[in-house]
Amino acid sequence: MISIIALRELRSLFSMPSTWFVLAVLQFIFAWFFLARLDAFLEIQPQLAQLANAPGVTASIAAPLFNVIALLLMMLVPMFTMRLIAEERRNQTLTLLLSSPLSGTQIVLGKFFGLMLFLIALMATTPVMLYTLQLGTPLDHGLLWSNVLGLVLLSACYAALGLYISALTSQPVIAAIGALAVLLGLWLADISSNAPDSPWHQLSPLNHFQNFNFGLLDSGDAAYFVLFSAVFLLLTVKRLNNNRVYG
Amino acid sequence: MPITPDITLTARKLTRSFGNQPVIHDISLQLKRGEVLGLLGHNGAGKSTTMQMLTGCLLPDSGTIEICGIDLLRHAAQAKAHIGYLPETPPLYRELSVNDYLIFAARLRGMKSADVPAALALALQRCGLTDKSRKLIGTLSKGYQQRVGIAQAIIHQPAVIVLDEPTVGLDPSQIREIRTLIRELGNQHSVILSTHLLGEVESICDRVEIMQHGKLIYGDTSARMQQYGQVSGFIVSLRNPPVLAALQGIIGVTHVERLSEQQFRVLHSIEQNPSAELLALAAQHGWQLEQLTPLQARLEDVFVKITDEDAASGPARTEEVQP
Repeated sequence: MISIIALRELRSLFSMPSTWFVLAVLQFIFAWFFLARLDAFLEIQPQLAQLANAPGVTASIAAPLFNVIALLLMMLVPMFTMRLIAEERRNQTLTLLLSSPLSGTQIVLGKFFGLMLFLIALMATTPVMLYTLQLGTPLDHGLLWSNVLGLVLLSACYAALGLYISALTSQPVIAAIGALAVLLGLWLADISSNAPDSPWHQLSPLNHFQNFNFGLLDSGDAAYFVLFSAVFLLLTVKRLNNNRVYG
Repeated sequence: MPITPDITLTARKLTRSFGNQPVIHDISLQLKRGEVLGLLGHNGAGKSTTMQMLTGCLLPDSGTIEICGIDLLRHAAQAKAHIGYLPETPPLYRELSVNDYLIFAARLRGMKSADVPAALALALQRCGLTDKSRKLIGTLSKGYQQRVGIAQAIIHQPAVIVLDEPTVGLDPSQIREIRTLIRELGNQHSVILSTHLLGEVESICDRVEIMQHGKLIYGDTSARMQQYGQVSGFIVSLRNPPVLAALQGIIGVTHVERLSEQQFRVLHSIEQNPSAELLALAAQHGWQLEQLTPLQARLEDVFVKITDEDAASGPARTEEVQP
């Protein structure tokens, strides 16, 4: 049941020209940034060679690239989550789901995993791009895959939050602006608070991504991501069930 | 010997309010297999709200609903598998093709993927969509979209089909086709449809429930509803009329009134229609029958009469409320 909804979600996404356009532009940006970092690395390589413990190619190309993608996703995921429930509500297609033999949890998880599949497909080219470097130099696989894992967990957070805000309204645009406002707010509060022990650092998803970005697999960060996603998915289920109570 | 048809839907004492606006008061319904029930009422009478509750899209404040003997509120998933629902606005994904959408709807209702192709072909054929099956729903006209909406509700062969104003926005020939389809569906499934078109009730429903201000104020077979509060009779014109007593003597006639020199109003009991007798006598005695018009009330009149009577009998408890 969950997979039926997820596949329908993907099919709808890929039947819209705008999805393909966004995908193409993003791939272009990723590739362009990758090449820019590569270029910079090649330029400073002679100086790096004289350092005792110089950063390798993965640390100087892959890590910044993933950081940029994490930031870009923060702005982009709301564009994809906005439609999930708000548009179903506006087009009255939600009744089809509500009158079908499905629980609220199945509907929410179906939509969540559908979007996650899409986001993973969107990010999948990045490791492929980085692995082309292996033609000339050895790569730090650990650092690379910890970044990929972090990025997937991070986008799950964004998707869950976006899904919840989409469930609150019947206007997709409001859902997009709302999700973007919350994500940007968390990020700005994080970077603008100077105290190292400020609670804002703990609240921001992007801050928890930093350890993954350095190649550090901290179970605390992973737990934060899982909890963050689970809380918002649960809230979405609750909101969807309220639909039946309040009409 | 007729077998008692199984009960597919039972709703008992449903109530519902939005905020502190009571919308539905104490509605009980029962539906048998092979029956088409028309839910009739003015706009805002609570028809759509009732249907939303019957399909599990809206929880009632109190009351129980059973679909094929399964409690809809406690075992929602099992019960809902037996429901096909077409809401007021058909729930269509405009970006999908008709085929993809109907396959999705069938799988969503728990059909096994092996059974889907046959069900899809049948639903397409029944709703006259076979040559549109590859088109995107967004490119279809309103009438075809409505048909896709109906196809979506019947593809999994549910026991109970709930259609909210199924013929809205269709042209007259499409309306006729859809009515034939609903009549056909009503032979194997139970159908509830809401409408404010009385002709629809007349032509396809076995039974009528009239709603007003969130209450069921009248329920009967649609044939009996036409006779509601109606004295059966006819007006007869005879060019060479006999004495009044001769007309009164015909079996079944309860009352004769002379309207003019040659016109009579003849009232008779419901069980016995004396018109055949009258024709025979007229021919026999040379009364020269000119015209015989039954005093048939149209459903419109009956509906207005019933709803007016209800409004007069007690002050309306609620304002018109739309969910």
